[in-house]
Amino acid sequence: MRPYPDGGAARRKEDPKALAPVPGRLGTVYRGGQGQWAWALHRITGVGVLLFLFAHILDTALVGFGPEVFNRVVAVYHNPLIRLLEMGLAAMVLFHALNGLRIVAIDFFPRLADRHQQLLAAVVSVWVLLMIPTTYFMGRLLVRSLR
Amino acid sequence: MPGPAGGEATIRVLRYDPDAGGAPRWQTYRVPYEPMDRVLDALHAIKWRADGTLAFRRSCGHGICGSDAMVINGQNALACKVLIKDLSQPITVEPIRGLPVHKDLVVDMEPFFDAYRKVLPFLVNDDPAPDRERLQSPADRARYDDTTKCILCAACTTSCPVFWGDGQYAGPAAIVNAHRFVFDSRDRASNERLAVLSDKVGAFRCRTVFNCTRACPRDIHVTRAIQEVKSEILKRRV
Repeated sequence: MRPYPDGGAARRKEDPKALAPVPGRLGTVYRGGQGQWAWALHRITGVGVLLFLFAHILDTALVGFGPEVFNRVVAVYHNPLIRLLEMGLAAMVLFHALNGLRIVAIDFFPRLADRHQQLLAAVVSVWVLLMIPTTYFMGRLLVRSLR
Repeated sequence: MPGPAGGEATIRVLRYDPDAGGAPRWQTYRVPYEPMDRVLDALHAIKWRADGTLAFRRSCGHGICGSDAMVINGQNALACKVLIKDLSQPITVEPIRGLPVHKDLVVDMEPFFDAYRKVLPFLVNDDPAPDRERLQSPADRARYDDTTKCILCAACTTSCPVFWGDGQYAGPAAIVNAHRFVFDSRDRASNERLAVLSDKVGAFRCRTVFNCTRACPRDIHVTRAIQEVKSEILKRRV
């Protein structure tokens, strides 16, 4: 014999108020741990990279209209503001990729779930290490574009 | 007599009265407390001496019945396990998230228990009964020891951003309780449980946010249990 053969449906029918909506919150933020912020950053960087991809698909597609059109549009990327945004893009791609590896590792090796904070520390460390040369080379291009 | 760490606590409670209508609102109370007092003691002090209309659940008051999970200073915890002296003031107390609120800190737990029932949280073994107990080696027993500790307080499930976004998600607690039987050598219905959890609102909705592991008042390695269930689904190709 199994209890609740209907999964509790009858009980909920007795009390339709059980389906009352969740009333609105007063703008408090749940104070999760590092995992929550890594998750939020992963989503934000994911959307950021996706938005760039839209622009990127568009600019590459312009090749079809001949070299003049393409060159003129791609010249926008030499603008200092765009160079700065590109540095942001590199930072987002690197974080998203490294953190993605962390998530995959935890998915395949459940044991690693107990070490997720150390793994995140490793992700952030590698990200900082990779951002040093990235900032140097991209920053150099940015400075040149200002002249 | 208040000891050295005692004094007066300021507590802000997110109140909601469905009969009065309108939005939830914060109400502030000031309560004297002693060093060994817990948040539950403060709520009692409010209800018994200052404002009898405050609604909250509690039963044993000793961290084992799982009735008084709430959001205390932004984190899910059992009110009966958190000492007031360990909290920064003002202390904020809100109902757990993602479940409809009946009144004040009392939420409708029914969607939570619905998800729990779906994973068949009981031993299934229709083999002919042996003359004595169904024996199990200590190693087999240890395999699922961690997930036997669940008290169904919902602190994990209601700390999960995926659950806030989609109440259809089975949630950490249901998966933990599936884990407790899936890895029990005496059980025979693991494939049924894993089939339920291989659904698109099953175990794979977990994004390894680890809020559940942090929130668990029983220190269950919740996310790890979920990951083990995911692996098992893949391994058995349910």
